This record gives sequence, C-alpha cells and structure tokens, in this order.
Amino acid sequence: MTTQATEAAAAATLTSRHLLGIAGMTADEIGLVLDTAIAMKEIGGRAIKKVPTLRGRTIVNLFFEPSTRTRTSFEIAEKRLSADTLSIAAATSSVTKGESLLDTVRNIEAMSPDMIVMRHASSGAPHLLARTCRSAIVNAGDGMHEHPTQALLDAFTIREHKGRLAGLKVAIIGDLLHSRVLRSNVILLNTMGAEVWACGPSTLMPPGIGGFGVRATTSVDEAVEGADVVMMLRIQHERMHGHFIPSVREYFTLFGLTPERARRARSDVIIMHPGPMNRGVEIDSEVADGPYSVILEQVSNGVAVRMAVLYLLAGRDIDVERGEG
Amino acid sequence: MPQVMDADRMSRALTRIAHEILERNCGLDELALVGIRTRGVPLARRLARALREINGDDVPTGALDITLYRDDLMRHAVGPQPVVRRTEIAFSIDDRKILLVDDVLYTGRTIRAALDALIDFGRPRGIQLVVLVDRGHRELPIKADYVGKNLPTSLSQSVQVRLQEIDGVDEVVIEGEP
Repeated sequence: MTTQATEAAAAATLTSRHLLGIAGMTADEIGLVLDTAIAMKEIGGRAIKKVPTLRGRTIVNLFFEPSTRTRTSFEIAEKRLSADTLSIAAATSSVTKGESLLDTVRNIEAMSPDMIVMRHASSGAPHLLARTCRSAIVNAGDGMHEHPTQALLDAFTIREHKGRLAGLKVAIIGDLLHSRVLRSNVILLNTMGAEVWACGPSTLMPPGIGGFGVRATTSVDEAVEGADVVMMLRIQHERMHGHFIPSVREYFTLFGLTPERARRARSDVIIMHPGPMNRGVEIDSEVADGPYSVILEQVSNGVAVRMAVLYLLAGRDIDVERGEG
Repeated sequence: MPQVMDADRMSRALTRIAHEILERNCGLDELALVGIRTRGVPLARRLARALREINGDDVPTGALDITLYRDDLMRHAVGPQPVVRRTEIAFSIDDRKILLVDDVLYTGRTIRAALDALIDFGRPRGIQLVVLVDRGHRELPIKADYVGKNLPTSLSQSVQVRLQEIDGVDEVVIEGEP
C-alpha cells in the first residue's frame, strides 16, 4: 500500500448513493473502495470479527437468482458491520405467487430498510428500483449487465498481489457473451489503466466487443501470452438457450485453461475465477488448485470489499438525508 | 496563530512522560503502546523509543483506527466521511497494561471509541491514557493519566498538533480567537 494511493483516497467520496455498476465510477472512487477494504480485511482476522459501525441499520438481501457465494459474502459483510440483515430468496417469496418486482420491493420498503442488496436475472432491474426507492440499492448482479462488487474484489485481489492495476496485462477467457463479471471487470480495469484481453469462441463473444475497450481474440495462447492475470469465466449453461458450443469436451480442448496453456503467462501470473467453477470445462483442476490460483482468496476478499461498499454507501445516505432535511 | 509548543518542548514532554510511565508501572513488563490514528501512532513510536533509551527494553507498539467505532458516523457526519485505515496490533493485549496514545484530548469521544475498539481485541489488565495536549471541554467522564501539556482553550478555537513524520514539523499551535 503506497501512501500516494491513501492520499488520493482521502480526497474522494462516492458520488452516488447506490452501487448499480462500475460504469460511472471514477478511478478515485474505485481507489477509495479498495483502500477502505484494506482496513476491513483486518477485521476478518480478529478473534471478534465485528465492529459496531452499522448498528441499527437494516439491510435486505433480495436474491431473485440462485447464489451461494455472493449472498453469503454480503451477509457476512453486513453482520461484521453490525447491521441487521435478512435474506429473501425468490424461490421462497411471494414472487412465486405472481407478485411483480416493483410490488415486492415496495412492500419491503414499507418496513423501512436502509439498504437493499439485489440480484436479478433482468439487466437493469436494480436501476429501475434505484429510481423509485428510498433505500440505497446495491447491485449484486443483474442479468448479463454488471456485477460491480465482483469486479471490485477482483481488483482488490490483483492489487494485493501486483501492487497496482495500471499497465498489467489481464486476460479474461470464457463465456464473454453472458458474463456480467466480464462487463464490470472490463470497465474497472480500463478505468484503472490495465490492458484487457478478452478471449472466447466467436459464438460467445458479444457483438462489437472491439468497441468495448478490449483486445478480442479467439486464441487462448495469444491471450495468455505474457499475462500478469488470467481470469477464467464460467460457461453459463443456465443462460444458454441456443447452441453456442458443440460440446463441453470440445470447449475444454480449445478454450480450457490447462497447465500447458498457463505456462505461456508470466512466471508470477495469478489465476482467477469468479466461481462457481466447472472443473474440466473452462479450467483444469490442476490449475484451479495450483500454486498460481488465487480463487479462494477472491472469496475471502469479497467480504472485505463488500464491507467497504456498505460502509461507504451508509455514510453517503446520511449526507442525502441531511441535504433533504 | 500562536505556537504553544515547539520541537524542543515536545521532545522534553515526551521524555518526561516516558519517565512517569516507568515510575508508575515499576518497569516495562507487560506494557504495550497503542497509538490512535493518525497522530497518536508516531507519538506512540516516539514514546517506545524514549522508553528504550531509558530502560533498554522494547515495548510492543500498535496502531488503532477508531473510525468504525465513532458515535457520530451514522448520525451527523462532520464534513466528508472519514477514510478508514488499518488497525495494526500484532500482539495479544490480554493481561497487558495498554498505554493508549493520542495527540489531543478534547471531548473524550475519540477515547470512548478507542476503548470500545481495544476491548474487542481482548481483555487488557488495564488501560492508561497518554495525550500530548489536554485542551479541556470533556463531554464524557474521561481523564488522561499522562499529559504533555494542559492547554486552556475556548470552544471556538482549534488545536493543531503537527508531527515531523506526517507534517514535516514538530509543533502545537492554537488557531482562532479565544
């Protein structure tokens, strides 16, 4: 951690009271979240892993899509900051009785939560709520659009290992078309000055990816060559309503990260995966469990980064209330 | 902007406090210093150095960030939200006597937060408070055990402690009309 980065962060505050995406965040704001997460990470190493900061605040986790990692991570982050939390999974809620998203959220809002952490299968769902809700909205993944806290925890993990983001070669490989992790990561890494390569089968490449600020290729070898960071993306079977790949085996042969392919990267490469992993599809077990893998560190860091986001947004909320009052 | 302490007086005050610490605690066994961020941290390090020069023993020294324990954080934030920094206490505080170090003692609310934060780390045998300047106007029943300088002030004034490690100069100044 350089003092320079700390000084830069001291000057910044978050401008939005919601975290809807990485799009619209400045380099200073991203730096502020990452620096705050350093302090939050220390709390996770204590015997008493709890600070009283968000005492008396209520946070609702509203998950309309399955999630283990992200939901657990948010819940732990909220509890470590002493917020009162409850989690609602769509499968057990009135959504199954036909209630609309807006009605569900209006009813929850009537019970005055301070923040709503939300995952939804439709891109833009949290943006819709942010326009009508009093609560602060945190996007925990919306359809094929953004997953901002994932990109922030990825950046935090990269910075812990490399000391910086600017100038690094980051290769992101896999199902680019359906990936909100890709979008958030590309926007963040571009904002912070990294060089991003995106690689996948042409059927899983979003149209116009060249205008996205990445170098696109269908060759894994080219993408991995000299990379500081290799980030594998999951083949998202649940979003594939067409035939994008001939077979899982062929996909692994052409795009899977094997030890041989990984050797093309720099000798101090870190291998990342946002999870859940499909072993033997996008990544070989030997790589996933190997010495360069930081996949479980990503999960640990997720809690610290989410604590930082919740803390910073809670503080923003106060300013808004004061401004209006 | 009158200067009430220069580098020389600051250094003598810290040396005096180091002697008082030794006298009151009969040696350095089981003592540890914890500085409150930001300026309590270099002050704690200087006290550790002074104690070593007098007694030859090293005292474990840590840094405490109290931002997440503040009582005004979610109520009426004063200006921009404070930046949270790392707490670094690399030793067990259980059964130790902790010397909590800060630059200015004012309302006592920072110290209240620091006591809560410290106790989350364990159960110290005792906590003693060291401040460079006590400017009065307490809002909580808190008192310092070691004071560099008692400085009567009015509420409209502000007291600035500047330290070489952070500000490039050692001094204490009072700003504003009494």
